[in-house]
Amino acid sequence: MSDPSAQKAKMKSAKKMRDLMTAYYIDALSAGQNNKRVAWITSGGPVEPLLAMDIIPVYPENHAAMIGSAKMGEDLCTKAEEMGYSTDLCSYARADISCSVVKGGPLGGLPKPDMLICCNNICGTVLKWYEVQARFYNVPLFILDTPICHTGYTPEIAKYVRAQIDEYIAFLEVVTKRKFNHEKMATVGKLSLEGQKLWQKVLNTTAHKPSPMSAFDAFFFLALIVTLRGTQIAVDFYTELVQEMEERIQNGISVVPGERYRLLWDNLPIWYQLKWLSGKFSEHNACLVADTYTSAWCGTIKYIDENRFLDSMAEAYTRIYLNIGVDQMADQVLEMIKFYDVDGFVMHSNRSCKPYSFGQLDIMGIVQEKAGIPVLMIEADMVDPRNFSQSQVETRIDAFMEIIKQNKG
Amino acid sequence: MEEIKIFRDAIKDIPTLASNIKKSHEKIVGYLCSYAPEELIYAAGFHPMRLFSSKSDIILAEDHLQTYCCSLVRGVLEDSLSGRLDFLDGTVFPHTCDSIQRLSDIWRMKGKYDLFWDVVLPVKLNTQSAKIYMKDVLNRFKTDLERAAGTTITDDDLNRSISTFNLIRSHLSKLYQLQSRNPGILKGEDLYSIVKGAMVMDRDEVARLLPLIVETLEKTSPPESRAKRIVLSGSICDSPGIYAMLETSGAVIVGDDLCTGQRWFEGRILENKDPITAIAERYMDRIVCPAKHMNPVVRGENIVALARENKADGVVFMLLKFCDPHAFDYPYLKEFLDNEGIKNMLIEMDDQQENLGQLSTRLETFIHMI
Ligand code: SF4
Ligand code: SF4
Ligand code: SF4
Repeated sequence: MSDPSAQKAKMKSAKKMRDLMTAYYIDALSAGQNNKRVAWITSGGPVEPLLAMDIIPVYPENHAAMIGSAKMGEDLCTKAEEMGYSTDLCSYARADISCSVVKGGPLGGLPKPDMLICCNNICGTVLKWYEVQARFYNVPLFILDTPICHTGYTPEIAKYVRAQIDEYIAFLEVVTKRKFNHEKMATVGKLSLEGQKLWQKVLNTTAHKPSPMSAFDAFFFLALIVTLRGTQIAVDFYTELVQEMEERIQNGISVVPGERYRLLWDNLPIWYQLKWLSGKFSEHNACLVADTYTSAWCGTIKYIDENRFLDSMAEAYTRIYLNIGVDQMADQVLEMIKFYDVDGFVMHSNRSCKPYSFGQLDIMGIVQEKAGIPVLMIEADMVDPRNFSQSQVETRIDAFMEIIKQNKG
Repeated sequence: MEEIKIFRDAIKDIPTLASNIKKSHEKIVGYLCSYAPEELIYAAGFHPMRLFSSKSDIILAEDHLQTYCCSLVRGVLEDSLSGRLDFLDGTVFPHTCDSIQRLSDIWRMKGKYDLFWDVVLPVKLNTQSAKIYMKDVLNRFKTDLERAAGTTITDDDLNRSISTFNLIRSHLSKLYQLQSRNPGILKGEDLYSIVKGAMVMDRDEVARLLPLIVETLEKTSPPESRAKRIVLSGSICDSPGIYAMLETSGAVIVGDDLCTGQRWFEGRILENKDPITAIAERYMDRIVCPAKHMNPVVRGENIVALARENKADGVVFMLLKFCDPHAFDYPYLKEFLDNEGIKNMLIEMDDQQENLGQLSTRLETFIHMI
């Protein structure tokens, strides 16, 4: 991952994090030489059974975020368009699809998958994207179909998803020609839950005023809970990160010097503009203390039972933030506004991500009405910079901060 | 033909059509997708009506959906918010694409109509557990409909509904076969009106009229035709102008891979089985839309077979702008056709502002070249 914000460099954990991610990618890239199998999996997919089977999980979305941060998105997205993919498609998918063909990006491409695991709890895009890759690499594809819970989790959905967990395990047994390791699964399940709780703790530290870290740091530190969820590495790392944040709080270190205004961010990061954006908000003494995106990797802890991990994971993976109704999403936003005590809400209307962005205008209305705080909507795209106008965004942020200053005095 | 005229007139003015239907049916239930189980709605005594955008300017929907949402979804929301769909008693949203998924939330939160259902069908259609889930969801919908109708839906009701829809769908298949065998026997616009009419008009009337049309056409001597044979592929085709344009360019439509065409009406429901199981099986087995999963190559094989069976000279992809599922499949479908040497072209459309002039030049060029 590239270095998105200047302040982060001052955090000890940042270097550690970079080292861990490098080690992880080296491991993944040399999987073939070590007779290890590689599975590509969606960011919200159930990774734990893979770890229980010693399969290395690789996340095209995390890789696409790296492509975005490294400002290699435009080139790869354009290449996908030359292959016939419309410019209106998700830029993670476009970047990854062309990267597979041209072996581009910061790593020269991801290791070839032995299998593909697609969980559609985040969107319908991943289904199409993984079908593309299933044709390209000609490898088995497993789809975990998690019906959207517009208004709730019905018994039919519970039964269907639970049945698929068994199908998933059977699939892994067939592909690896090995028995599923239930003992290891139990350990992985515990570590996964522990990691998620620690991640939640990390995010919670920003409720403190001033905040020891920002959403920009969370975007950076997120990579481990995504890619190494279920490992001791993630647990150890986040334990230290919590400590570091607590120390910062004790020593009165804030991430935005002279923090006066606290903001909440919605939707994916604008990966190629993190540094500029974080600088821009800092100029106004504003800290983006939390976001709806990074909390998705600890948002369903309440459904997980570590002693019945496989059973409970069906519900936990189905009821994530993007797989619920817009009104429930708005409720969660309102809770965050309260918990983090924010003065304003910044929404990234992300052309790439329709399930995240459609409904935002309704959430905006609800927040304005119920929380009474100003809301700013920025039009952009997480990886493709062609949909970002810096001057326009700058003007809008300045105007938005003016209102916040007037409100707060 | 008089019967065709009924279809043409009916689709011209949907609100009037709706108010006429209201005289005989208790309630009108709308939906945007061909996966909506219309058989159940009809069996409950309600009128199932597929919704199309009236293509009016987007004003009120701007407050809910960004510009990068497909024009069908934005257009139908606009129609709803501006009162053009006030004849509806309710709507059902089967799970489809991400855009309709969020439209369902916005629609429900607006709460404009008495009735509202999400019927979250499986996305994957190739496993036993998905089939069980499909049945479970249909059964739940049936119970919900019963509650709304204040009656029970008996197996007899369901079987009657199934045979009505089988009759409608098999006659639409016949019409397409006739058209493919004798291109030009039906004007493109008539074909369009009949298919669209069959999704919005009273189904008893449709079931009465279609056999008459088929019968008359079977007796009509086929016209001389040297028109180029075209297969259309995409999501919906709600642009009668396209058919006329193809005809004046010297082409005729001999088949389609549209959710307002063969994908929707091919495939019968078995009539000698438990009705819900039979309906579920049909939705599992029908020609798949790109928002659903069967296997990674099935749509490619299907489009090639469709072009071959109909001896197509070319395939025209007609995609709605911002439609993700179709845009993801396009490069691979094209590759399958290219590998077989089947000529194809892509046109991107927007319900609101069809640039038909430029389009017609491109279509003409394509048709002359194939
Ligand atoms: S950014 Fe949105 S559309 Fe793209 S893969 Fe992620 S959730 Fe899906
Ligand atoms: S293409 Fe298929 S999934 Fe999309 S709206 Fe049409 S019928 Fe529904
Ligand atoms: S046209 Fe495409 S994006 Fe629009 S509703 Fe149909 S499937 Fe969804």
